Amino acid sequence: MQLTVWTYEGPPHVGAMRVATAMKGLHYVLHAPQGDTYADLLFTMIERRGERPPVTYTTFQARDLGKDTAELFQTAARDAYERFQPQAMIVGASCTAELIQDDPAGLAQTMGLPCPVIALDLPSYSHKENWGAAETFYQIVRQLADKSRVAAPREGRRMRANLLGPTALGFRHRDDVIEVTHLLATLGVDVHVVAPLGATPAAIAGLGEADFNVLMYPETGDQAARWLEKTFAQKTVRSVPIGVGATRDFIAEVCAITGDAVPVDINEGRMPWWSHSVDSTYLTGKRVFIFGDATHAIAAARVARDELGFEVVGLGCYNREFARDIREAAKLYGVAPLISDDYLAVEEAIAASACELVLGTQMERHIAKRLRIPCAVISAPVHVQDFPARHSPQMGFEGANVIFDTWVHPLVMGLEEHLLTMFRDDFEFSDAAGASHLGHGASAPLPSAREGLGEGASIESPQSEGSLALAPSPSPSLEGREGSLLAEPEGWHPLAERELMKIPFFVRGKARKNTERYAAEKGIAAITVDTLYEAKAHYAR
Amino acid sequence: MSVALAARESAVVPRPIIRERGQREVFCGLTGIIWLHRKVQDAFFLVVGSRTCAHLLQSAAGVMVFAEPRFATAIIEERDLAGLADANEELDRVVTRLLARRPEIKLLFLVGSCPSEVIKLDLSRAAARLNASQHGVKVLNYSGSGIETTFTQGEDACLAALVPECAVTDASQLVIVGALPDIVEDQFRRLFADMGIVRVDSLPPRRAKDLPAIGPNTKFLLAQPFLGDTARALEERGAIHLPAMFPFGAEGTTAWLHAAAKAFGIDEMHFRSVIAPGRERAKRALARYAERLAGKSIFFMPDSQLEIPLARFLHGELGMELIEVGTPYLHRSHLADDLAALPADVQISEGQDVDKQLDRVRAARPDLTVCGLGLANPLEREGLSTKWSIELVFSPVHGFEQAGDLAELFARPLNRADILRRERLAA
Repeated sequence: MQLTVWTYEGPPHVGAMRVATAMKGLHYVLHAPQGDTYADLLFTMIERRGERPPVTYTTFQARDLGKDTAELFQTAARDAYERFQPQAMIVGASCTAELIQDDPAGLAQTMGLPCPVIALDLPSYSHKENWGAAETFYQIVRQLADKSRVAAPREGRRMRANLLGPTALGFRHRDDVIEVTHLLATLGVDVHVVAPLGATPAAIAGLGEADFNVLMYPETGDQAARWLEKTFAQKTVRSVPIGVGATRDFIAEVCAITGDAVPVDINEGRMPWWSHSVDSTYLTGKRVFIFGDATHAIAAARVARDELGFEVVGLGCYNREFARDIREAAKLYGVAPLISDDYLAVEEAIAASACELVLGTQMERHIAKRLRIPCAVISAPVHVQDFPARHSPQMGFEGANVIFDTWVHPLVMGLEEHLLTMFRDDFEFSDAAGASHLGHGASAPLPSAREGLGEGASIESPQSEGSLALAPSPSPSLEGREGSLLAEPEGWHPLAERELMKIPFFVRGKARKNTERYAAEKGIAAITVDTLYEAKAHYAR
Repeated sequence: MSVALAARESAVVPRPIIRERGQREVFCGLTGIIWLHRKVQDAFFLVVGSRTCAHLLQSAAGVMVFAEPRFATAIIEERDLAGLADANEELDRVVTRLLARRPEIKLLFLVGSCPSEVIKLDLSRAAARLNASQHGVKVLNYSGSGIETTFTQGEDACLAALVPECAVTDASQLVIVGALPDIVEDQFRRLFADMGIVRVDSLPPRRAKDLPAIGPNTKFLLAQPFLGDTARALEERGAIHLPAMFPFGAEGTTAWLHAAAKAFGIDEMHFRSVIAPGRERAKRALARYAERLAGKSIFFMPDSQLEIPLARFLHGELGMELIEVGTPYLHRSHLADDLAALPADVQISEGQDVDKQLDRVRAARPDLTVCGLGLANPLEREGLSTKWSIELVFSPVHGFEQAGDLAELFARPLNRADILRRERLAA
């Protein structure tokens, strides 16, 4: 058993729902108890979808268990076909139905439904959401793609590519599809099928007619892409065009397939100049902690270091299936890879890293809020805020523009940083004021940030009152933890402590950390003002 | 007050009831943890279940409540199922780790789920075992599984599990049963105190140590209509249920308070004078909303079991027209007074076949549909105004002082639709 407070991924059948809901003309019959219908709200509330997900749940109850839950499944499947008339159906079980072993696959097969029925085997007790989405998409492609339909001879026509991987509830998938489609158009390539997002089973049947595939999201599309590669000898573009450099790589990879020269006059957007302009000098060496799904985290690390001049101090992912990729990337940045779906472990790693910016998921956004570190979201799991009304892709050159804005915005700006240091004692520059462009609460001082958690999110540790003065000390929930890495430091002389408080709040954590590390290395028991400045000199960059 | 009595007698008249058995679109009983863990401040809820259970709790709150909450899930893994790990030993390990980290916890609920029920993991034995090994912490268990409980029934199961822990007393006292926001509970306590009912307790209590004692001279009011098992458990301990309308709106609250006043022999004139200010405030607040809501039609999808009393309130006190009142389960005796106050021909439905019910919603095109979060946006997209039912469980809506707030919850979607429509017309 695994003790879990929050999860990065839902169960695998939720992954299947992300595929079914993304598609049109497909219906999912899910053998599941009534409570599992909660998953509908992920799509209707978080993504604001105006239609119910195309899912019929059998909603069996305890009293059905002794009788015939199999018949219940068949009735639900028959009714769903009659009502929704899908081109194809997928059938499967959620965690509870998996235990009662009704075999939805076999049951559906014997019913002779007048449409293709694809059986899903998604083991709930060993796998998770992304895996479920990938497996579902793969099964749909494998069983519906018509092997006799292959790409026509080129004969002067434009090349055609499939875009693979975007799903419902994906982080900016909606906008990335638009951006990648534009990018391909400038390279003389038409999009044949986008799948699963927006695809019908009929469109899936014709996937083989494309000249090549673009694997946008390996987490959900890799398995299907490999099968298409094998079956139709379609090449796969694997560069994920997040950031300017990766988008250039993507263009080069596409051009290698089309046989065309890389265009020289391509508009690379504003991001390179925005980053180069002197105003961005203050971004140099900002310590950034990156966590998300592996694809987004790895892409973010490259943008952070090579295109914005940050220092990557942490890199990790929650999807173990891609652990190898993260380990390799972590070597590039000289950091220890963090592969974990335990958000408490991620929180401890963030606190210990003394970073100045967190690039993460919605989970890290909350962690960062508690630790009072600026944060931008780069990956699922998503929140209603990750479905903005405006076009805001991550991919392509426009995606790079969006990334510049969203990552730089939460930081305290360059000149302001200096003013805060020079005028520490000016009441308007106190910690309480926060960064001037962020309005109330964005980097509010700790006590009021705690009050601000008000709506149902009160802080619960009994010790929380005692440590308010130590501004960036770990979150109260961390303090209450057994074996916390962040035991209250001993040996700070009151004068040194006071001096520490004069350092602006957004770098104070780093100063405290460095000083303590320095003191520990030198065997200094009592930290004085001198120790503080010796450590500063020691770690000066 | 004789109206209520007469009404109860007429409740035996058969009503048209649709009983359906199809896909249900409701939460399971685990969802109750979202509000129960805030109410009992030193209790912790450990769900023994699957990743789905953990994901539900995280999603059902609407937002992720990110302070470390007083609930968690012990996720059953393949090795637990395959018998490679002893599930009981695993559970003990998880609980020991949890309690070591949260020393302030005094009451731990092991909450059963669909998977734990299906694999027949005996949580009552686990609770007994842990009670012996974990000092200073009371360990109880109940089931919030979706194969046995629907949404608010989880609270019923939780409170019923507390009843055997209550001490015995012969004292004459009143117990308010059902989790209410503290502010509402305090309002009721002030009213009872002013009437002269001295000993008033609450189930659930705010702290585990304040669990009320129960005995033959205990009389109890149900604050929520979904507490059938809890009421039965209390009656088995000799406590007496005071039947009444549920305390929504001016009339519902008056009837509910009056049931206690009568049972405790409070003078009628005194009772009226005590409640008069609150009742008047409630009526004033409601008058404003009656102008907005009277004549508007409403359709309740089954959800929280609050549907019957809320329909009674909306029809009786605000003049709304009831198209269909769906409820997951109809507890006839607890709802007798509210049922009696409904028009005789109102369409009630019990259970659900969600697609058929949505067909009826589309055919009737009600002014307002009360439904769960999975259905609200799709109905809005079809041009139908909706009210999320979960808000009715999460916000303070009981009693005189909240009567206006409760009406506001129903008026706001209609006002918003009007504002946006005006905007469209102007454009």
